[in-house]
Formats: sequence, structure tokens, C-alpha cells
Amino acid sequence: MIRLIAAAAVLAALPASATEVEVAQKNKKFSTTAVKAKVGDTLVFRNDDPFFHNIFSLSDTQSFDLGSYPQGESRKVVLKKEGTLEIECAIHPDMKLKVQVEK
Amino acid sequence: MKPMVTLAALGAAAIALAAVSGADASRYDQYLRPAKAPEPADNIGNPARVELGKTLFFDPRLSGSNWISCATCHNPSRGWSDGLPTGVGHGMQVLKRATPSLINCGFNTTLMWDGRAPNLEEQALGPIAAAAEMNQDLPGLVSKLSAIQGYPKLFNAAYPGEGISEKTIGKAIAAYERTILSGESPFDRWRKGDARAVDAAAKRGFEVFEGKGKCVKCHEGFNFTDNGFHNIGVKEPNGEVDVGRFAQRALRVNYGAFRTPSLRDVALTAPYMHNGAYATLEEVVEHYDRGGDVTEHLSPNMSPLGLTAGEKSDLVAFMKSLTGKQLVVTLPHLPN
Repeated sequence: MIRLIAAAAVLAALPASATEVEVAQKNKKFSTTAVKAKVGDTLVFRNDDPFFHNIFSLSDTQSFDLGSYPQGESRKVVLKKEGTLEIECAIHPDMKLKVQVEK
Repeated sequence: MKPMVTLAALGAAAIALAAVSGADASRYDQYLRPAKAPEPADNIGNPARVELGKTLFFDPRLSGSNWISCATCHNPSRGWSDGLPTGVGHGMQVLKRATPSLINCGFNTTLMWDGRAPNLEEQALGPIAAAAEMNQDLPGLVSKLSAIQGYPKLFNAAYPGEGISEKTIGKAIAAYERTILSGESPFDRWRKGDARAVDAAAKRGFEVFEGKGKCVKCHEGFNFTDNGFHNIGVKEPNGEVDVGRFAQRALRVNYGAFRTPSLRDVALTAPYMHNGAYATLEEVVEHYDRGGDVTEHLSPNMSPLGLTAGEKSDLVAFMKSLTGKQLVVTLPHLPN
């Protein structure tokens, strides 16, 4: 019950236009190098490579570590704050993605 | 006349490629080394820069003791490494990590076992200044080199108007290091179409490398590295701890992770692993076949392989086929 209420509160706090933005990882590259999104949007990282990726941000705007996950799986992160996020794969640091988060 | 020569060369290349089936030709493309390593816009290599960099590389006066040069550890006669489990630095201190080979280092997108240097220009200065390695403070080095007759002229030819500085020292050494390239190997000749360039064991080993051995997941492309960081479960001696990449990026997956080294000329660069744990390629293959030894923070890509004795020796034969024609290195005359 408490969980349901908490979920409802989160949903109510999200802007009506919140969307999912999918970014794939294939051949040790992100499917794009730059993304524009809004606060409340969800980034979805899908691993299309036959080995693990580990997506993270250590940016001041928002930091997260999505952990390691294999081919076919996704990890999600909700964008909480306006600003720029520099996202990488911890295992393959040549994979870089810049996310501009707007209000 | 020139265009005709070019056309003739293209024709020869086409014939060579025709010897390989279409699928195999595209499979080979990823293993072709680019002619040159990428260069930053402010340090495009030229003969004067490479000559200065080479002179600095072999000059022991770059160390505080005037006794250790870059080449002391990165010895071209030993696969641009030192043949030791871990490096030996200032005052014969035994260091914690192995000396990485410099072969094709110009293609690396990060340098050092933990990737702490973003480019060769910065990396080159690190070991010079490190107290345990060459123990030479950099402002002192600028003064030292400025006082050696011959160096100002070399710097002026290489970097006109930039003078002798920490920056130009790093740039010159980097320009030289970008010329340390792997030569054509039997593997390369085989993939280009010469079926007799390698034996059957190496060919089978390549199949294991790309298939059951899963090696290619990290050792990919012409330089056989993903420029990535992995904890492959290597034991540290005497229960010591080396957090590796974690010190640079404090993320769980980076704990005990180290940079994937190139496999070009790998038969020349023993011992192996970041701490020189293994003396032979056979021992390395056994390590991977076991799925690593230390399970804490082990890369999820690691698991026991179940290789047969034949597959293991084939894998070693394949790795030995990556030994290329060696660069001929002539020693510079150091300025006095």
C-alpha cells in the first residue's frame, strides 16, 4: 500500500509530457552521441552487444551507476535535474554520451 | 607514369583480396592496422619532432639519477618492455605494476594500466616525474636540458618558437612514440590471402579466439584491444590490493579492473598481466580457462571456458602468429 502511494506520488510529480528516450549500445558505441531531454523523462539504455556494459554518470547535475548488464537487457534512469550529463560506459570509456536536460 | 603505378598497385591489391573469399575479406578489414596513429592538431609528427623525441627517449639524463631513460624499461629489444614481472625504478625500487609495451601505443585512447593518462603527451611526463620511477622534477628537467648544448637547437627545429618546456618535452616524446608501430605478422599475411603464412594450429587457434575462448570480446580489432577496463581475477602477490581503474573512476565494476593490452607482438612481451603474474602465454590461457582466480568484483564476462588441451595450444599458436616484422631502431647520438 505504501509503495503504491509512493509510486502515485512520483507519477503526480512528473510533467505530463514525460517520455522514454531509448539509447542503444551496439558495437561498443551509443546509438547517438548527444540527446536532449526534459526533467522527468526516462533514459533507457538497451545493451545490444554480446557482452556486458555498465553505464554511469559522475556529472554534478546527476550521478548514477546502472551496474553491469548483458545483451538484451535495459537499464533506466529518470532525469531529475536541469543541466548537462556526461554519460559513459565504465568498462568501455570510449563510449560517451552527452545529455542536455531542460525544464 | 605515377597514376599507372598506383593503378598497378591497386590491381595487385585486388588480386590479393580475391584470394580471400568475400566474407573473409570483410572479416579481415577489422584487423588492418591504419598506416598512422592519430595525432593531436598541435603535435603533428614530422622528422624533427620524431628525432627530438627519440633523443629524449634514449637519454638517461631525463631521470634524477641521470641513469634511467624511457628506454631502460621500454626496451625495443624486449618488445618495448623490460621482460620483468614488474618495473624497476629509481634506486632499484621494484614497482607494483608491469611495464606496458609501447607497441601501437599511439592508438590507445587512454594510457597506463588504470587509464589515468588521457594522451601520450601527458603520459610521457608521468614516469619522469614519479619519485619511484625516474624521479626527475620537471622544472629541473627543463633547466637541465636547456644547459646541454645541442638540445636548444633540436627543440627549435622541432617546435619553433615554443622553447624547451614540460609541454614540448611531452610532445616530442609522444611524437616519437607514435612511430612505434607493429609490423606485418604471419597472421596479417594469412588474412590477406597467403594460406601458408601460418600453420593449421594458428588457424584453429584463431577460431577459438573468436569463438569458444571469447577472447575477442575484449581483444578486438587490429590492435586486439577494446581500450576498456576489466577485472579478470588475477591474484595479487602476498595478498596485496591493487584497485586499478577504481582509483580513477570510483565505480564498482572498476574495482581491480585494468586496461586491456594489445596482443600485437604479445609473444615478445612476457611476463603477462598488470602485475606480471604469468611467465608464459600457456599460463595466461590456463588462467582464462579457469575463469580467473579471484572472484570478488570479477568481470561478468569471465567464466570457465572448458578448452581442450589442443584448443589451448592452438590459441597460443595463434597469439604467436601476431609477432610482426620488428622495427629497426638505431640509437641516437645524445647531445653534450
